[in-house]
Amino acid sequence: MRRVGPGATASLFAGAVFAGCVLAAGAALAQGKPPDPMAVGRQLLAEDNPGELWVQRGENLYREKRGPREASLEACDFGLGPGTLEGAFTHLPRYFADTGKVEDLESRLLKCMVELQGFDRAAIIQTRFSNLDRASDMEALATYVASRSNGMKMDVRLDHPREREMYKAGEYLFFRRTGPTDFACITCHGDEGKRIRLQDLPNMTDRRQMQAVIAGWPAYRGTHSTVRTMQHRLYDCNWQMRLPDLGFASDVSIALTTYLNYQGNGAVIRVPGVRR
Amino acid sequence: MKIRATLKGDVADIRVLIAHPMETGQRKDAKGEIVPQHFIQSIVVTHNGSTVYSGQWSQAVSRNPVFAVRVRGAKAGDKVSVTWVDNKGDKRTDEAVVSAS
Repeated sequence: MRRVGPGATASLFAGAVFAGCVLAAGAALAQGKPPDPMAVGRQLLAEDNPGELWVQRGENLYREKRGPREASLEACDFGLGPGTLEGAFTHLPRYFADTGKVEDLESRLLKCMVELQGFDRAAIIQTRFSNLDRASDMEALATYVASRSNGMKMDVRLDHPREREMYKAGEYLFFRRTGPTDFACITCHGDEGKRIRLQDLPNMTDRRQMQAVIAGWPAYRGTHSTVRTMQHRLYDCNWQMRLPDLGFASDVSIALTTYLNYQGNGAVIRVPGVRR
Repeated sequence: MKIRATLKGDVADIRVLIAHPMETGQRKDAKGEIVPQHFIQSIVVTHNGSTVYSGQWSQAVSRNPVFAVRVRGAKAGDKVSVTWVDNKGDKRTDEAVVSAS
């Protein structure tokens, strides 16, 4: 009779192990790969995201009077009127009557830094991406402005004919195979369970996966020790496909961003995200 | 620095984000020249003025480090300060107030 107690415990334990195996096997079948061992680290980083430092720096840069014209960016219009940042990012890219173009967050920042503050366009483009020896104002500013829409849903509207034009162009670019490797975006981002090395690739034909992507850019990239913006993500994808360099704030990059952000509509913005 | 200090029971969870290059002295720049060591050497956390953590860091700590320490016997409104000194003698202190979670 004394053995009943421990025996019962042991069988419960065995039951738990068995249930665990079934769960693990189910997950492996569904995803075609073992559970993500990086998830724990990502969760830790999400709670203490170093990207917050870029939000802080971006806010200082936004308010400070800078450049040859000694002006702040507080008069910059991101689509909801000069100085209104709350929610502005959720509608980008959008058509701007003052430039007659569809613009994304970074191209709009570029325009304001040139026109309001008098910075040299070429110089900003040259320092658009930081490296270990030099910070980028663009990365910090984009992170700050986007973070002002945190908690709101991505809501690209495509009301203007030019916006629909850019969307169609972006869709075309997303699916069109090109370059020496004959890759399209869809080659890597159209199926479940694909990865590059250990990096899971989101299936961008699935709205929920697309929303998870869109919710978290700009993102702190651990391997780069800095925040990167969507312009950098697209530049890097483009490079990985061995295509000619993607011009910063170029029509091609904005067309792709229009397509992707629209596909990610409904995503709850949480910037800065965390990526590998 | 960005400091968050939140109370869980009587324990203050102090989480610190530090902006620092933390150069190891192993990396070469674009010109191929070695980037000199530049890292946080000492870091002190105080709670209402008394030291609760003091550490000697090295170049093995990552760039833009995240750092956390828990302090028992804390109350909402307590003052927390974090000070680091790096090997070039640069120094920074930031303060925060413990908030009820």
